[in-house]
Amino acid sequence: MYATNYHRASSITDAVKQQSSSDEAKYVSGGMTLIPTMKQRLAAPSDLVDLRHIAEMKGISVNGSRVRIGAGTTHAEVATSAELKAACPAICHLASHIGDPHVRHMGTIGGSIANNDPAADYPSAMLALGATIVTNAREIPTDDFFTGLFETALEEGEIIVAVTFDAPARAAYSKFPNPASRYAMAGVFVAKRADGGVRVAVTGAGSNGVFRHAGLEDALAANWSADAAAGVDVDASDLLSDIHGSAEYRANLVKVMAKRAVAAA
Amino acid sequence: MAKVAMTVNGRKVSKECEDRTLLVHFIRDNLSLTGTHVGCDTSQCGACVVHMDGKAVKSCSILAAQAAGSDILTIEGLAANGELHPVQAAFKANHGLQCGFCTPGMVMTAVDMINRYGAQLDEKTVRENLEGNICRCTGYHNIVKAILAAAEDMGAAGRQAAE
Repeated sequence: MYATNYHRASSITDAVKQQSSSDEAKYVSGGMTLIPTMKQRLAAPSDLVDLRHIAEMKGISVNGSRVRIGAGTTHAEVATSAELKAACPAICHLASHIGDPHVRHMGTIGGSIANNDPAADYPSAMLALGATIVTNAREIPTDDFFTGLFETALEEGEIIVAVTFDAPARAAYSKFPNPASRYAMAGVFVAKRADGGVRVAVTGAGSNGVFRHAGLEDALAANWSADAAAGVDVDASDLLSDIHGSAEYRANLVKVMAKRAVAAA
Repeated sequence: MAKVAMTVNGRKVSKECEDRTLLVHFIRDNLSLTGTHVGCDTSQCGACVVHMDGKAVKSCSILAAQAAGSDILTIEGLAANGELHPVQAAFKANHGLQCGFCTPGMVMTAVDMINRYGAQLDEKTVRENLEGNICRCTGYHNIVKAILAAAEDMGAAGRQAAE
């Protein structure tokens, strides 16, 4: 790892101030992606501003159907929250399958979303739930948030403070993890709103990161069943091909994961 | 360089280190507690697992500076009064180790999962919770056996499932 300077932020205002005092500063929360990346010298921020001790970024609250998860909430906390289990068990299930127990004790929802790894789990949940990404400056609808591989709408220095969404009527997440890394080779989050609207988001498979699948959404809005998903044509042309699987293989995985998710919802 | 202070195995420590120093190196090099191992250096193997504020974490993926002010428990802090911790004793009794390199991380992971699951700990849960720990000798069977035996020894039935 190259040398870096560590700063611990006490508040969001303090974090922004510390970040802006250096050109090459990065925020770190759980650090479960950033620290290993720095160890490999693939990232070399001059300064790290630690967000892990900022109280206003932590915690889960459910008011009626509105769910708010602080960006600094760990995967383990999301996985085991009784309030969330009652409102949206799908997101608890998703969080309980990220990485391993040790990673889940450190990694945070805000960090995962801000990093937007094309094989990360949370971006698919945010997109399918139609979540709002709340930052220190504004509220961003998820449809505008994930802009490409490791790219988001976040401006330099902007911090995700929380995510909010309406609890869905039904939802589930199903992923096919890479057997070694546990990252999704294809992960599908399906969500049906109380008004019948359906959103389906796919992670791990898209060559440009997480995306919504219109064909699956239309089919499931008309008929919420695994059979309906089975009849959808999943185009392989925009999907990833790598040593782990071809685009055609992933296209089939997307369909199978969608079927499993609908069956589990 | 900065002074980093934390509590390790109940003892307050304070040492100078670079900001880029990993917690595992702080523990091994600055505190000379070499029970915590560096296995893969790519965050996969879990040989470096310690508890930070009561939760199992990978000390190779955390800076010492990030851990400043926290309460750290390493493998050296488990045995009390010269007696092996029940998990250590169970690993010994069930032949849950061969070369022993992964063992500190396995034991710390086992203690963490017994703390969290208590009576609900079954074989499937144990195997799922070993996802972050790699052993290249045992084939895991005896590790799982040891953890289940330890959970029973520790009166898992009477423990509250945490969180």
